[in-house]
Amino acid sequence: MKSLNLEARIGATLLVLLTLMALLAPWIAPGDPLAISGEAMLKPFVSEAHLLGTDRLGRDVLAGLVHGTRTTLLVAFFSAATALLVGSVVGTISGFLGGFADTVLMRITEAFQTVPGFLLALATISVTGPSIPTLILAISLGNWTQAARVTRAEVLSLRERDFVAAARTLGMRPMEIAFREILPNAFGPTASLAAISVATAILIEAALSFLGFGDPNRVTWGTMIAEGRTVLRAAPYLSIVPGIALVVTVLSVHLVGRGLSRKERLQS
Amino acid sequence: MPLLASFFLKRLITTIPVLFIVLVGSFLLLEAASGDAVDAYVARSGAMDAEQIAQLRNEWGLDKGPVHRFEAYISALAHGDLGWSTAFERPVTSVIAERLPVTLLLMSIATGSAFFAGSLLGVVAGARPGSWRDRILSTGSLAIYAVPGFWLGLVLIVIFAVDLRWLPIGGIESIASGKTGLARLGDIAVHLVLPVSALAMVYLALYLRLMRDRMAEIWRDPFVKGLEARGLTRRRIVWRHVARNAILPAITMLGWQSAAMLGGSVVVESVFSIPGFGRLAAEAVARRDTPLLLGVLLCSAVTVIIANLLVDLAYGKLDPRVRISR
Repeated sequence: MKSLNLEARIGATLLVLLTLMALLAPWIAPGDPLAISGEAMLKPFVSEAHLLGTDRLGRDVLAGLVHGTRTTLLVAFFSAATALLVGSVVGTISGFLGGFADTVLMRITEAFQTVPGFLLALATISVTGPSIPTLILAISLGNWTQAARVTRAEVLSLRERDFVAAARTLGMRPMEIAFREILPNAFGPTASLAAISVATAILIEAALSFLGFGDPNRVTWGTMIAEGRTVLRAAPYLSIVPGIALVVTVLSVHLVGRGLSRKERLQS
Repeated sequence: MPLLASFFLKRLITTIPVLFIVLVGSFLLLEAASGDAVDAYVARSGAMDAEQIAQLRNEWGLDKGPVHRFEAYISALAHGDLGWSTAFERPVTSVIAERLPVTLLLMSIATGSAFFAGSLLGVVAGARPGSWRDRILSTGSLAIYAVPGFWLGLVLIVIFAVDLRWLPIGGIESIASGKTGLARLGDIAVHLVLPVSALAMVYLALYLRLMRDRMAEIWRDPFVKGLEARGLTRRRIVWRHVARNAILPAITMLGWQSAAMLGGSVVVESVFSIPGFGRLAAEAVARRDTPLLLGVLLCSAVTVIIANLLVDLAYGKLDPRVRISR
């Protein structure tokens, strides 16, 4: 932490707080956040029982916000992890094998880049139906290509190094060299994409649930914004507040990411 | 310029396998979806007995193996037939043709203004990396980069349409206003201000950062020292040399950004109730219209491929090294 700059430290602190909020949600805001808990359309900072007010059905906004953190972070973390994993494996195979395999894998990567990630997620959800695992799959489908490209470029430059030649003379199998020797060394630059992947995943999940294609049994910030939109004139804060939560989360991810990549650049 | 032409041709050829893979992917999605084209047709035309249905399946080549179905799918596509939209009860092609122009207009204005304003502000920030101007713009762009377009759209509606009443709340033009010619054009322009801003803001921040970061790198290049030694003015170095070199990565971004923007148009068009191509995707999913959804998917892929080819062409013209090295 100490070696990070101020911006990154602010971002990291916010992320830790958000994670705590997600983990402790059942204790911070007990009960079902989708249950009606009071008078409808209470303004924020009026009632002590509903600090941020209630929505048009009388559901507590703060409880929704706290529980929404869970969905957001869960989906974002796992889909970014899946995307990075798939991307780095594809990139390693592609860069290490070269030749025809490389051409085929790179064309597939390009095909995935050609289809807008959000539309791909939408199409996948329409086939599989919305749930947390399918959302994770759908979002990572459009999110792995950049990791594949970056890893491939890194593997190409590592492939000719002495330690790879040494591993060959030791009699290691090609795939063993690729995944045990080259991939760990190529992972640094790919990991710096993690922040962008997480941020993209958060925004896609929010947009999907805003359109009503998220998991219907969970409260998410996107659905809260969509719900609030129906009373936008009377109670704009119902849409604005969950959006601020989104912006803060994505911004802190970016701040941490920028700090980490700057640190890596200084070290190399 | 034969070198440029051959470079372009090579790029064109590499898009063929890419397009093929997209086709295979969309075919697989179609197969995974419940119900086929015949089910959709039967649902539309009402009563049909089992024998007729089987005959229709046979005619359309749907009762054979997946390879045959794929062939049938490709040959229909080759004839410009994207299938039948169950939600609109019309051919998918005609629905898309009706919706695409609005979205292309929205996207091109958003791309143009984001690129122009973003790179201009990027030059302001990158002219002196580390200065207070740079700090404000860099931090500001990072914050804007975190704002989801659909939410920004709602906030803009609250401010400019509900509170201030300066701009319309949604739609692409006033309904039944009877406006023609320039008046109609002005009406459309007024309607486009908010959606374009909601769609473009993120990319403005992106271009700002790209431009600024690349300029900061170029300042460290020894050739800048040479220019300073030759006594060139700061302004000339910034604009003619540093900014000019830094614009290339931003131009490369233009092509791929079109994919992200098409995705963004889905939500932004929903927020502003614009009857465009993006909203069509959401409608297709909501109304379980798989042929329409895949038509939208394919058309976006083709749009992105064309955008990238245009960008490559521009790039080949701007940077002679590309023509020679590939």
